[in-house]
Amino acid sequence: MHHRPPGPPGLRRRALLGGLAGAGTLLALPGLAGCGTGSRDDPTVVTMASNRANPAQRVAVEESLGLYEAASGRTVEVNTFDSTSFQESVNNYLQGTPDDVIGWFAGYRMRFFAERGLISDVSDVWSRRFEGAFTDQVRSLCTAPDGRQYMVPDSTAPWAVFHRRSVFERHGYEVPATREEFVALCERMRADGLEPLASGIREGWPAMGMFDHLNLRLNGPEFHLELLDGDHSWDSSEVRSVFGAWAELLPHHQPDPLGRGINEAQTALVRGEAGMMLCGMFITHVFPEGEDLDDLDCFAFPEFDPEIGADVVEAPIDGFMVSGDPRNAEGAHELLGHLGSLEAQEIYTAIDPQALPTHLDAGTGGFSPLDAKVNDMVASAGALTQYMDRDTRPDFASVVMIPALQRFLRQPDDIADLTDTIQRQKLSIFGR
Amino acid sequence: MASNAPPPPPAVRSAGPPAPPTGPTRRTGRARRPGTGPRHGRGDRAALALMLGVPALLVVGLVWLPAMATVLLSFTRWDGIGGLETIEWIGVQNYTDAFTIYPPFEPALRNNLVWLVVLFTVPTLLGMFLAVLLDREMRGGSVYRSIFYLPVVLSLALIGFVWQLIYSRDQGLLNAFLALVSDAPAVDWFGNPDINLYAVLVAAGWRHTGYIMLLYLAGLKAVDPSLREAAAIDGAGPVRTFTRVVFPALLPVNLVVVVVTVIDALRAFDIVWIINRGRNGLELISALVTSNVIGEASRVGFGSALAVVMLVISLVFIVVYVSTMLRGAHR
Repeated sequence: MHHRPPGPPGLRRRALLGGLAGAGTLLALPGLAGCGTGSRDDPTVVTMASNRANPAQRVAVEESLGLYEAASGRTVEVNTFDSTSFQESVNNYLQGTPDDVIGWFAGYRMRFFAERGLISDVSDVWSRRFEGAFTDQVRSLCTAPDGRQYMVPDSTAPWAVFHRRSVFERHGYEVPATREEFVALCERMRADGLEPLASGIREGWPAMGMFDHLNLRLNGPEFHLELLDGDHSWDSSEVRSVFGAWAELLPHHQPDPLGRGINEAQTALVRGEAGMMLCGMFITHVFPEGEDLDDLDCFAFPEFDPEIGADVVEAPIDGFMVSGDPRNAEGAHELLGHLGSLEAQEIYTAIDPQALPTHLDAGTGGFSPLDAKVNDMVASAGALTQYMDRDTRPDFASVVMIPALQRFLRQPDDIADLTDTIQRQKLSIFGR
Repeated sequence: MASNAPPPPPAVRSAGPPAPPTGPTRRTGRARRPGTGPRHGRGDRAALALMLGVPALLVVGLVWLPAMATVLLSFTRWDGIGGLETIEWIGVQNYTDAFTIYPPFEPALRNNLVWLVVLFTVPTLLGMFLAVLLDREMRGGSVYRSIFYLPVVLSLALIGFVWQLIYSRDQGLLNAFLALVSDAPAVDWFGNPDINLYAVLVAAGWRHTGYIMLLYLAGLKAVDPSLREAAAIDGAGPVRTFTRVVFPALLPVNLVVVVVTVIDALRAFDIVWIINRGRNGLELISALVTSNVIGEASRVGFGSALAVVMLVISLVFIVVYVSTMLRGAHR
């Protein structure tokens, strides 16, 4: 017998279902209300997506925007994203509901977005405010194949070989200018108990720095950019010579780079365990302010071929662009004009330790010795390149090159097979 | 991702057929004739339609349709931007590329297989062993159970992060300890492609063991104690009691454990992604799919082809499992 014991009446099934449906509708209502017009038609609000997420960078962006808000009377709503995650999800972001102004960088990706109509033409801002404000090189990096500008640059964070001035003074090292001097210096450092070159390639992309610099020094900037554009074969003797030169330098790097993150490698330089590191200006974020940061110095990657010299600088240029269909087009263009202006660049680069202004009139008065040296390098550069993952197709850079470079670091002796593999994949991706 | 809570263990089938419904008629006044089931009113049908229909719609719309779209997209070259008119149909080129010119593919297949085999042998057996040990009422038993179960509560991404502190070559705990006790050079746990997969498997197995232990604990509690008593009377030792008597009675739990292990092995992703995005010895098919489709690479067609390969591998296990279940149901 299955008599139900007497007790309070149970919740009947229909009552339960009805209750759930009602609760669900009530909870969904605020969500529906959020689908309203929002700030689309508000001419005093401009939305901005910033990929500058370091604490110093956030402060710098805030200061720069504060100046704009005071001068124009508009408000700027900033969304800050972590740089790497933003870079990876930018395709989806731009096709969704992007902010009016977007922080990004010059190079292949920007031209790609321009071709697909995901960003707006800002040539009017250039013609109105920036005639003669930037070098031709910088201007062409912000121009899409259709001849119009799509980005306003504000800062650059160049690459160089960094070292601690005090370590060099203590051991009596001199800055090397040629390959022979560089190798001799590495050997002296090794004998003195230092790791000559710090190296952290767990994330993969730092390896592109060494490849880029060797390619620029051995084959020149035109070959380098054409190679990244798909115009040369990766199986060519020039590319193989780059890998060969790299294999010769490998003994002077920190061992086992594939398990070491780039931050750990930078820390080795901070602690004085390593003598030098080929890195970007973003290394300044890792050095504590004060004595350590003042001790940081750099020199240009040495010359390998006297006919090519050592004046090509890898200077990734950061800037801002306007989304394809901005809510507040006028405000967005105005904000862009401000962000590229001299005052904004000077304010931003004064606070963000890795950034140098790109404006031609930027005063060098407030620069630290390191900043002044790097600025000189960029100003007197024969050519400027960005970085491999900004100069070429992103699917080639991240899916093909990173595993290939990591494979090279594991097995530096099988160069022919490696370049063969890269070339086959390049053919399938570029189609030529 | 499915929640981390273990599925409830299936109840041990009780003996005998269920008793036919008897008892007083329902209060609605409709007399229930023996032999026929209760008739459903219109309200009941509507409720049933909703309760079955809405989840079915969600599953079809969010799982089946995207899966079919993935299979279709695997025959294209597309970068996900622009409308559907930018899709370029290239036949089986993606599959040919994956199998011939894509270097990480073969290591990924191998690593997934290694992951499956290792997860089956080490953590599963260890979890079972721990469950048997902790099944007895011993002092501090619940403390031990909590300790072993704690890693299950952590997400795999967090586990990857925690174990990085142990495995780091320059600053990690393990290398510091090894430097203290021996003269061996620092081992590159994450960078050396020959050992990093096993290092990561230790971290993943650390979590998997607790999960399996809990499943077996629940299963062991459901085993009829009279079986054990009968074995004890017949003079069987603890090992033989377990292998000949208890283990066969755990068949439902074993099936669940097999399913859970296969799912976790095929689904392995978070921990290698956190460590180095699934490269350099830690390739897994899921990580390859993600880096091709979701990252900035946006090779939707190629990534879909890799995803279809993963689907086919999963289908093999699914077909085996479903046919076993159906065969069991018919018996």
